[in-house]
Amino acid sequence: MTDITQTPNAPVPSDKPKGGSLFEKDPRTKRRNAAEGRFKMYGIAAIGVGLLMLVVLVTNIVTAGMGAFQQTFLELDVTLLESKLDKKGNRNIDDIKKVSTFGYAPLVSAALESEVEKLGIQTDLKPKKMAGILSKAAMAKLRNYVVANPDEIGKTVSFRFLANSRVDGYIKGRVTRASIANDKSISSEQLDFVDQLIDAGVLYKAFDPDFIFGADASDQRPEAAGIGVSMLGSLFMMLVVLALALPIGVAASIYLEEFAPQNRLTDIIEVNISNLAAVPSIVFGILGLAVFINYMHLPTSAPLVGGLVLTLMTLPTIIISTRASLKAVPPSIRDAALGVGASKMQAVFHHVLPLAAPGILTGTIIGLAQALGETAPLLLIGMVGFIASNPPDGIVEGFLSPNSAMPAQIYEWSKRADPAFYERAWGGIIILLLFLVTMNTIAVILRRRFERRW
Amino acid sequence: MNDMTRMERTVNSKAIKIAASDVQVYYGDTHAIKDVDVEIEDKTVTAFIGPSGCGKSTFLRCLNRMNDTIDICRVQGDILLDGEDIYDKRVDPVQLRAKVGMVFQKPNPFPKSIYDNVAYGPRIHGLAKNKAELDEIVEKSLRRAAIWNEVKDRLDAPGTGLSGGQQQRLCIARAVATEPEVLLMDEPCSALDPIATAQVEELIDELRKQYSVVIVTHSMQQAARVSQKTAFFHLGNLVEFGETGQIFTNPVDPRTESYITGRIG
Amino acid sequence: MTEQHIASAFDRDLETIQAHIMKMGGLVEAAIMGAARSLETRDEELAQQVRQGDKAIDALEDVINEETARLIALRAPTAGDLRLVLSVLKVSANLERIGDYSKNIAKRTTVLTNASEINGSAAALRRMAREVEVMLRDALDAYIQRDAELAADVIVRDEEVDQMYNGLFRELLTFMAEDPRNISSCMHLHFIAKNIERMGDHVTAIAEQVVYLVTGERPTEARPKADTTSQTA
Repeated sequence: MTDITQTPNAPVPSDKPKGGSLFEKDPRTKRRNAAEGRFKMYGIAAIGVGLLMLVVLVTNIVTAGMGAFQQTFLELDVTLLESKLDKKGNRNIDDIKKVSTFGYAPLVSAALESEVEKLGIQTDLKPKKMAGILSKAAMAKLRNYVVANPDEIGKTVSFRFLANSRVDGYIKGRVTRASIANDKSISSEQLDFVDQLIDAGVLYKAFDPDFIFGADASDQRPEAAGIGVSMLGSLFMMLVVLALALPIGVAASIYLEEFAPQNRLTDIIEVNISNLAAVPSIVFGILGLAVFINYMHLPTSAPLVGGLVLTLMTLPTIIISTRASLKAVPPSIRDAALGVGASKMQAVFHHVLPLAAPGILTGTIIGLAQALGETAPLLLIGMVGFIASNPPDGIVEGFLSPNSAMPAQIYEWSKRADPAFYERAWGGIIILLLFLVTMNTIAVILRRRFERRW
Repeated sequence: MNDMTRMERTVNSKAIKIAASDVQVYYGDTHAIKDVDVEIEDKTVTAFIGPSGCGKSTFLRCLNRMNDTIDICRVQGDILLDGEDIYDKRVDPVQLRAKVGMVFQKPNPFPKSIYDNVAYGPRIHGLAKNKAELDEIVEKSLRRAAIWNEVKDRLDAPGTGLSGGQQQRLCIARAVATEPEVLLMDEPCSALDPIATAQVEELIDELRKQYSVVIVTHSMQQAARVSQKTAFFHLGNLVEFGETGQIFTNPVDPRTESYITGRIG
Repeated sequence: MTEQHIASAFDRDLETIQAHIMKMGGLVEAAIMGAARSLETRDEELAQQVRQGDKAIDALEDVINEETARLIALRAPTAGDLRLVLSVLKVSANLERIGDYSKNIAKRTTVLTNASEINGSAAALRRMAREVEVMLRDALDAYIQRDAELAADVIVRDEEVDQMYNGLFRELLTFMAEDPRNISSCMHLHFIAKNIERMGDHVTAIAEQVVYLVTGERPTEARPKADTTSQTA
């Protein structure tokens, strides 16, 4: 019995490893490792190039656009002469309104003249020429103030006027004495006068909130142009898109993904939704023009129409991302719900949809961001080129009255002749990018927060 | 010898719960189930075994019409639950599934609290009039699934945070909460470790007192351990159906013998 | 083995099988005593009962075999469970043999009732049978209580049975030499003695199964052999 219990062939450790030592790499392994190393290098290089491009782009945008947030201002005490503004002296608002902006020019000139005297600046310029360094918006600002406060007539009020875009450019270094040789709107003498005012401390560069919150201005007054009103236009469009694209898109996706039978018709619909996502946005613009404006007679340039067009454009994106997130919900969850006797709709609405919600929201936000940055379809429904000089009066007006949108406004500025608008276009891009970055951040946070709870 | 207590087996025949006759299932052009006749008894565990793709899961899913969710699947023949054809036009599959509950291969609790997992079925079927009744149903179901003691202090914790075996028992609790008459189990232990498997099997044995249980399993040993009746499927045919001890000690059909002795896969 | 299986049905099955073994053991004990008493008291009716009773023992062995095969097929026992199931098979086989010997004794009793009594041999056989019966009871107790020591004791006690057999062997030889008319009875009595001696060996085998069941190892020391009749000339 005893000899059987012993292991017949006890393993003996061999002296030499078969087929070479593990401590030495064979040529094949070396080649493979080298290939892997090279591939990693390519990847790092590609990412490096991408990052470099991004840095260049951001630097470019910031350096070119930051100027738009600052404007040159001139501080002036203006005496609101009754003899010029209210000849009858009865403070009748209708009479006061009869005085046009031109009627205010002498007041400004006089104020500037007295300021020069007060500061002891020596200049050969006539008062009218002196006023030439101010923006044409200065008179409008003065008039608005008087119309709003007729009781102030006769008093002396301190104002902060925008300087002319040339003066602004001179201070920002865009305009030089050499570059104005053929420029009729400003002269070398005026620039001398500007230098003197700077030294006196009444002409300076400061942050200009009107660029962010104000309205667009005409070609002659680039310094007064703001993006605020078109921002409102974009907001109203996004409301339309959200209110239409989200429910329609989600409903369509749920039906297609969970309920629709698999047949040729649904196949065609699916293929076409994918195709729609790839249709150039300008096609949606022309569709909007034909259907909403020419056929349905909705108002031109209105955010409602812009929103409708962008809804059409965003729908495929939302449907595709919603279907993807519905697909990502494991079938076991549906089985579980059906297994306890839930109806298909209960299974979808109680279990599948809540799980897919973060994905759906992310897709929607990305769709909205895409719509927010879209310009081409707006071209065709007249939202580009419109000068949004006044903010809408109310919610309904906001949807129906003509307006512009941020990207349209930027495009509009970039094609205007005056180089001062170029700066504003870059500034507008910074604001637009901030919006997009914020929206994408929200999308990322949502995704992180609710990711994979099953 | 009649006074002797024998090892457990179904000697006296019980009431027939589900009677399937001449069942054919087609997936598109594939004939997945061929001429299956089977009678599933009440208060009995019936196991379906067979190699992968033999149609045992497909047939199981016919019993509560889960195959309805697959467009290309067609079922022919009669499947009677208590004498009523479940494929009759008047039958609403949702109502049927409340009577014939199902537990799946992978533990699939809803990503909700343990309480909500169990309460979901009773809620949608309106089995509880108020919160107190619902609490009672939840507790009873969790107890029946032998998991109450492990989770009673954390009913608000997410069901997905439990271990695999606990999740599967939670799924069983969820299935029994709707007071089904038949419980279908599709490889309920394939994702579990041996100890969790043993616990679930013990639970199945316990459930047999109240329900008719039908279990599909890849593990012949599991079928041997938990079932009283075993059906062997091969290539879409029901090859042999009989008392489990007999199938595993002395099968009639040579194919059954080959399969359970590991000679065909 | 005090711990329960998670599958309670497994425990129930094991208990059922062991209950069968105990029942079989009880029947065999009764058979041994019945055979011995029928021999001593020349009770033909009792002998008939013992012969009939063996059918029940054989049937029980069939049931145990069947149930054990079923348990192996369905539960795939391992380790201690496996040893238990294997020991059940061997114990039942040994019990069945003991039952057969009892039946054989009872058969011979029928012949012996009509022959003249051989002086004192019946009482000696009864003592021997009594000893074997006690050994069997102890072996089965050891089996149920998983008591390896008691089992080892049973193995040692087989020596006494062998010695009693040796004594009877010589005694019967003497009787046969004295008077050839005794030969027929003595041959029967000798076979009975041999049967009882074999029963002792089967009881020893059961005790060895108990040791194996408890320790997982076969008893190492060579089992005591006192049956020297094979060398007797």
